[in-house]
Formats: sequence, C-alpha cells, structure tokens
Amino acid sequence: MIALLIRDMKLGTRAGGGFGLGLAFFLIVVVLVPFGVGPETGRLSLIAPGILWLGALLACLLSLDRIFALDWEDGSLDLLATSPLPMEAAVSVKALAHWLTTGLPLVLAAPVLGVLLSLPAAGYAPLVLSLLLGTPALSVIGTFGAALTVGLKRGGLLLSLLVLPLYVPTLIFGAEVARRGAEGMDNTTPMLMLAGITCGTIALLPFASAAVLRVNLR
Amino acid sequence: MELTVTDLAVARGGVPVLEGVSFTLSGGEALVLRGPNGIGKTTLLRTVAGLQPPLAGHVGLDREAMAYAGHADGIKATLSVRENLTFWADVFATDRVGEALAAFELEPLADRFAGNLSAGQKRRLGLARMVVTGRPVWVLDEPTVSLDVDAVAMFARAVRAHLGGGGMALLATHIDLGLDEARVLNLAPFRARAPEPDDFDGAFL
Repeated sequence: MIALLIRDMKLGTRAGGGFGLGLAFFLIVVVLVPFGVGPETGRLSLIAPGILWLGALLACLLSLDRIFALDWEDGSLDLLATSPLPMEAAVSVKALAHWLTTGLPLVLAAPVLGVLLSLPAAGYAPLVLSLLLGTPALSVIGTFGAALTVGLKRGGLLLSLLVLPLYVPTLIFGAEVARRGAEGMDNTTPMLMLAGITCGTIALLPFASAAVLRVNLR
Repeated sequence: MELTVTDLAVARGGVPVLEGVSFTLSGGEALVLRGPNGIGKTTLLRTVAGLQPPLAGHVGLDREAMAYAGHADGIKATLSVRENLTFWADVFATDRVGEALAAFELEPLADRFAGNLSAGQKRRLGLARMVVTGRPVWVLDEPTVSLDVDAVAMFARAVRAHLGGGGMALLATHIDLGLDEARVLNLAPFRARAPEPDDFDGAFL
C-alpha cells in the first residue's frame, strides 16, 4: 500500500503529473473574482468564504479523471487488480494520494488567497479548518466518480455530472463553517455535519468504488 | 500445484465466445493457446487470471497464484526502469528486481525513464515484471509483440527458467517461441455457437 502511495505521489509531482494544475486554477478563480464583482472590500469579504470554497471544489474536480484513467490506459489497473493488494486498499490509497497532491495544497493556499478577497481576520482559522475537514470527502467522492467512468473515452463530462450533486452537502456545510467563522458566529453545528460527511464517505465509498472498478475491468 | 480448467465458457461484451474449454497444467509445464483473431484468447486468459467471471465452468486454482500480463505493459513513463520494477516488487512483496533486470538484459537501461525506451524495450520491461511477481502461474497474452529475435530467445529462456523452478505458463501467441516442450491447445474447436435470438433483447444483439 505504501509502495502504491509513493508511486502515485511520484507520478503526481513529476513532469506531466498534474500537480499544481488545481492550485493554478484555484489561484486564477480567486484572482478573477474581484474583477467580476468589483473591488469593494465590503462586498468581497462577504462572499470570500463561499468563493474560496467553490474555487477549491472546482480545482479538485479538475484533476479527478486522472485518478484511474492513466492507470487504465497503460494497463496497470489490470495488473493492480491481479496483485495481492485488495481493490479496496488500492482505491483508498489512490484517494489519499489525490488528496495529498491536490486537496492539501489547496488547504495550504487558501489563507494566502483569502487576502486577495479581503477575508475578515476572524475567518482564516475556520476557513482552513473547514477545508481540511472537507477536502478529503471531495477526494473520496471523486475517486468513486472516477471509478464509475473509468474506461469511458472523454469521461470527464459524465464524471463532473455524476460527482457535482454528491459534492453539494460538503460545499454547503464547508462554506457555512467558513462563513459563520468569518462573521464571528458559532459554527459548531455545520463543523460537526461536515466532519460527519467526511467520515461517512471515507468509511463507505472505498467499498463502492472497488466494486464498481471490478465491474468496469471485465 | 496444478491448474485445472474445467468446461470453461467465457463471454466478451455479453456475447459468448468460447465454451467447453478444459485443460490441466501441472508444475513445469507450459501451454500455448492458438487460434484465429477474435476467437477469445484474451478473454480466456483474463477469465483464468480472475479479471472477469466465467459464464460457466471452473478455474481450479486461486487467482493469488497467477501473474497476468496483457497487451498493455502497465509502465509509467515518468518512472525509471528500476522504479517501475521496484514498485511491483513492493506490491508483490518480493526482492527479485535484480534477477528480473538480468533476465531481460535491462541493466544498462535501469536508470533511464521508461518513457524513453523503444517499444521492444518497454515490452521487455513489461515481461520482466513477471519475474518480479514470483508467482507460480504466468498468464501471458501475446508476450512477443514488438520483440526482436534475440529478445524472443531471451523471453524463452526466462520462461524455461520459470518452468525449471516448478512454475507454469499459459501463453497466447501466434509465433514460434522455440519452446518445444510446450503443449499447444487450438481454441478453434471450442468456438461458442451463436446464441439463438429467442427473446426481445436478443433481437438487438
């Protein structure tokens, strides 16, 4: 399992691996928003938590189809399926590798980009905490979507359509945590809901992804 | 250890292609599958390797005993030759990377990126993975594609060494490998009869 994680991290960070793609997209979205809605700090700081969450979510979505598509194309998915590694473990490791190369950099970049949107000072800690709690769910749900569409040529569009509705609860509660934090309100309830969603998806979805992948490999 | 396949029927894309395939393979033996394109050699090998369920019949050996190599080599272009093999060695919990590099004369290329290899060299790397797995049954689908004469001989030596160690090999190939001891199974007589379109769905197949 560790070997697979190390391999996926290497592949993700070497040339052409797509590392930084999500980060660059996140940066672009956040930089462009003030041009779109106007530079008034009051308005910007009002929408900052939501925009940062939405940007992170879309940046995460961008790299999902690479999770299995590359391994499918070069045949390593077949070889992994015949290896001693259980499919559930392989799927979980792939989701973890995706989070480490995409989700975690987004979490770390968010406070820096928050400055560009004049996020209120009280909002930084809740924003980072909510992203830290929420982005693993995005990776795990995305891995499920990628498993469903593996083997389809240009499956990216279908993947987005399948995954976006599943992302909605994470987005609602994640953005709510960040928004309440920024406005200085109590955000325990949405925080617990967000953590619950993440724990639930991590516990259940790898089994679904593995089952779907086995069917798709036939 | 023995690989017994009894009365196996396999389907590709929902259409049965082969039925009634039976053979037995014991330690030290190799079996070459032959047959025209489209007869179902790949489908049969994937079924034996456990990648898809059979329509009927039984494969009498656990899939944990098999190592499968398909048309694609599963090589990562941005990893070096050694890194590619080391990954599989870690997954299969063996330490036979050096042995595999030697068997397919890949040592001079060990630190090159796999993306810079020629088609034949990539194929050798793909086959070297079989040595790394350390599993007793090799299931090989068209292993000699894009190999030159020397590399085919190299491959035959590796298979022979594997058989010498009590292993088994199940190969689908069109060319003569120089493995005279291998038995040959022609799949043409096992072609599945076209199913009668007896229902509504069948009319659309």
